[in-house]
Amino acid sequence: MWRDAWLICRKDLRIEARSRVTLNHVLPFVLTVVMLFAFALDADTTMLRRATGGLFWVTILFAANVIAQRSAAVDRPDGLPDALRLSRLSPAGVYLGKTASLFVQLTVTEIVLALIMVLTYDVRLEGVAVILVTIPLGTLSIAAIGSIYGPLAAGLDGKETVLPLLMLPALAPVLLAATNAFGVAFGTTIGPGWRWVGMLGMLCSIYVVVGTATSAALLEET
Amino acid sequence: MTVNSATTNAPARVAADPASAASKATGAAPTATGSRGTRILGVATLVAGVLTLLYAFWFSKADVELGNTVRILYIHVPTISIAYLCMITNAVCSVIYLWRRTEFPDLLAAATGEIGTVLLGLTLITGALWGRSTWGAYWSWGDPRLTSTLLLFLLYLGYITVRNIEATPRARGTRSAIIGIVSALLIYPVHMSTTWFNSIHQGGTIGAPGESKIHGAQEFAFYLGFITFLLFAAWITMHRFRLAWLADRAAEHDLDAAIAERRVESLELGEVAR
Repeated sequence: MWRDAWLICRKDLRIEARSRVTLNHVLPFVLTVVMLFAFALDADTTMLRRATGGLFWVTILFAANVIAQRSAAVDRPDGLPDALRLSRLSPAGVYLGKTASLFVQLTVTEIVLALIMVLTYDVRLEGVAVILVTIPLGTLSIAAIGSIYGPLAAGLDGKETVLPLLMLPALAPVLLAATNAFGVAFGTTIGPGWRWVGMLGMLCSIYVVVGTATSAALLEET
Repeated sequence: MTVNSATTNAPARVAADPASAASKATGAAPTATGSRGTRILGVATLVAGVLTLLYAFWFSKADVELGNTVRILYIHVPTISIAYLCMITNAVCSVIYLWRRTEFPDLLAAATGEIGTVLLGLTLITGALWGRSTWGAYWSWGDPRLTSTLLLFLLYLGYITVRNIEATPRARGTRSAIIGIVSALLIYPVHMSTTWFNSIHQGGTIGAPGESKIHGAQEFAFYLGFITFLLFAAWITMHRFRLAWLADRAAEHDLDAAIAERRVESLELGEVAR
C-alpha cells in the first residue's frame, strides 16, 4: 500500500512539475485573493492583522478547491480511470498517494502565502510552535477531504460547482480550528491554542481513516 | 403519490411484444406509493399532530422563564432529534450499501437523507424564530450550535445535490454513500457543541420521563412532538423510498422499451431487405 501511495504521489507531482499549474495558476490566484482582502478591508492594517489567521485559511481553502479539481482531472482522460482500476494498485495506496501529492502542493502554496501575509499584513508571530504544528495538520485534513471529493466530483455533470459545495462545508471545522490556533499564535485571540491543535489532529485522523476506508468505492467512481 | 403513468405504462405496452421478456417480468409493478401501512401511519401522524397542537397551544401553560416562546420548542426540539435519527439511519444505510451493494439500503439512505435535511431546515427556521423572541436576534454567528447545525444542513444539501445528478444506480449509490458517511461525522460534534464550546444556546431540556427539566403538560407536549415527527418521518420515508424504487423501475422499463423498439425496427428492416 505504501509503495503504491509513493508511486501515485510521485506520478502526480511529476505531472505538476511539468504542467506547473500550481506555479502558474494557483500562486497568482492566491496573490490576487490576498490583494482583494486588503481592498475589501480598506487597507486597515490593524484589521488585517487581526483577521490574518482566518484570511490565510480561507485563501488556502479556495486554492485547495482549484488544486483538488486539477489533481482529480489529471486522472480522467484517455481511459485512465479504467487503467487505475485494472492496475493492481491498492485503492488505499491510490487514495493516500493522491492525499500526499495534494499535501505537498498545498504546503508550497501555504509557504508562499505565509511569506506574502507576514510581509504585507504586518503579522507578529508569538507562538511559532503552534503554527508549525497547525500548518501540517490543517493541510493534511484539507488534502484528505480534497482526495475524497475531488475524484468523486470529477465524474459528475457540473463538477466545477459541485466540488466546492461538497468540500467547503466539510472543511469548515478545519477552518475554525486552524483559524483559532493561528489567532492564538499571532496574539490576536486569547485562549488555549493547543486545544484547537488537538481538535485539528482529531479531524485530520478521522478524515484520513474515512478516506482510506472508502478508497475502494472511491476508486470505482473515479 | 403516483408515478407518471406515461412512463410506468411503458412496460405494459412493451410486454405485448414477445421479445421483451424482462418487461413481462416487471409488468405488474405497482404504480403508487400508498399502501395500507402508509395510510395507517398517515392517519396516526395526523392524530398525533392534532394532539401535539392541542397540548402545545391549549392544554400547556406558558413557561415561567420562557413565556409563550416555549411553544416553539415543542416543534424545534423534536425536529432536530428526528433529523439526527434520519441522518444516522442514512449513514448506517450508506455503510451497508458500500458493503452489500443492494438496492434497499441505498434507497433508504436517499429517503432518510432528504427527510433529515427537511427536518434540519425546519429546526433552523423554528430556532431563528425562537432566537428572535428570546435573544433579540434571528441568528448569532458566534454560537457553535447554530453555526454547526447550518453546516450540517449544507453538508446534506450537497448530499441531495449529488443524489439528484443523473448516473447509473450503482454510481449514484456509491457517490452518495461516501458523502453520507463523511457528512455524518459532524452529527456528534453538532449535538455536543453546547458542551464543548461557549454557547448561548440552551442546554438539554428533555430527558427520559421523570428526568426532564420541565414537567406536566409541557413535558407531555414535548413527547407528543417527538411521536408526531417520528410518525411523520416514518410515513414520508415509506413514500419517498417507494417513489425512488418506482423511479428506478420506470427508468429500467424505459430502457427495455427503447431496446425492444430498436429490435422491432431492425427485424422490420431485415424483412424489407429480404
